[in-house]
Amino acid sequence: MDIEVKMTVNGKAVSGKVEARTLLVQFIREHLRMTGTHVGCDTTQCGCCVVHVDGVAMKSCTMLAVQAEGKAITTIEGLAGPDGELHPMQQAFRDHHGLQCGFCTPGMVMMGVDIANRLPGADEKTVRHQLEGNICRCTGYQGIVEAIMDASAVMNAARS
Amino acid sequence: MHNFNYHRAADVADASGKLTSLEDPKILAGGMTLLPTLKNRLAAPSDLIDLAAIADLKGVSVEGDEVVVRAMTPHAVVAASAEVQKALPALAQLAGNIGDPAVRHRGTIGGSVANSDPAADYPAGCVGLDATIVTNKRKIAADDFFLGLFETALEEGEVITSVRFKIPTRAHYMKFRHPASGYAVVGVMVAQYGSKARVAVTGAGPCVFRLSEMEAALEKSFAPSSIANIKVSAEQLMGDIHCSAEYRAHLITVYARRAVEAMV
Repeated sequence: MDIEVKMTVNGKAVSGKVEARTLLVQFIREHLRMTGTHVGCDTTQCGCCVVHVDGVAMKSCTMLAVQAEGKAITTIEGLAGPDGELHPMQQAFRDHHGLQCGFCTPGMVMMGVDIANRLPGADEKTVRHQLEGNICRCTGYQGIVEAIMDASAVMNAARS
Repeated sequence: MHNFNYHRAADVADASGKLTSLEDPKILAGGMTLLPTLKNRLAAPSDLIDLAAIADLKGVSVEGDEVVVRAMTPHAVVAASAEVQKALPALAQLAGNIGDPAVRHRGTIGGSVANSDPAADYPAGCVGLDATIVTNKRKIAADDFFLGLFETALEEGEVITSVRFKIPTRAHYMKFRHPASGYAVVGVMVAQYGSKARVAVTGAGPCVFRLSEMEAALEKSFAPSSIANIKVSAEQLMGDIHCSAEYRAHLITVYARRAVEAMV
């Protein structure tokens, strides 16, 4: 029996009919055809599928689409400005080369924004600790950590 | 994952009613354990009853000598609560080290406690901090709640509504975190209540347990040296791919001592 779900994704109202067992990430990728959010491990460990649900980072592979009913979702596609201007976190990942193959990057960027929102001015140790639910097998994290700290400072300055 | 019927409970009575009347239902809290379990087809309930829409199951407060955490409160909220950090910092610290940040944003205390995972942190928090598990039907002392591997005193139709932690004189939680999962390989909550002491261990056995020998030693003298030489038997402990039962037994003494060291 299909269930009607309604939510906001990147500021746009969306709806669809899903099975109860449909994961949020399946809804985003397969129903909405937004494939920026990745599925890496499908077991809540790698963080490639991180999106924001009501402004907070969550793993969309371990959440049902029906659990997102009425929520505001932000995916990697929703970060850049309408004219294509990169979000400070995306720009910093580019500047610091915080990626290699790019598979984990959507989740890393979304988690980076979440860290910067929750812990403005976090030191390197804190950022590394906060990244424990996001796995990158290419970079050794150096560029990722530098990017998050850099973008965090830019976002902080923009807020004040 | 096999399909199931999904229900959004309007209130606790509705959830309890569905839990009793449906064929093979399960409560869905944060889903951080349940959804991976369903994906692996280790469980295939006929119905999921989601508690997320019940507003009065969320939030933390300090009431008299207790910290009250409502069942659907995520770990991140407990960890970040200024009230909890002030009244019972050991609990905020425990909650802030469960899983990873994204997991802490969804995982709830009620789900963790109801699951009685042998490697979960909250069971040690509940037993070590002399908590009361409040359900829609009764109040259960944490000492009587955790019965075994994934087994609790919850009865049919019973829904956890809050957990009430008794504020100690002082307390500290120490765990050896599994580096990949964040689960406790061994976790020890040590708490002092005036002249009484409580030592609760998770991660090591099939279920959280207390160490009365250490408690008695700490009641005589609340110092690291009181327990540093108390050996724990490996007989009832778990050995697995990560480490042997003997190693876990060794870690219990080390982490209990370190917890006391952090307090004195």
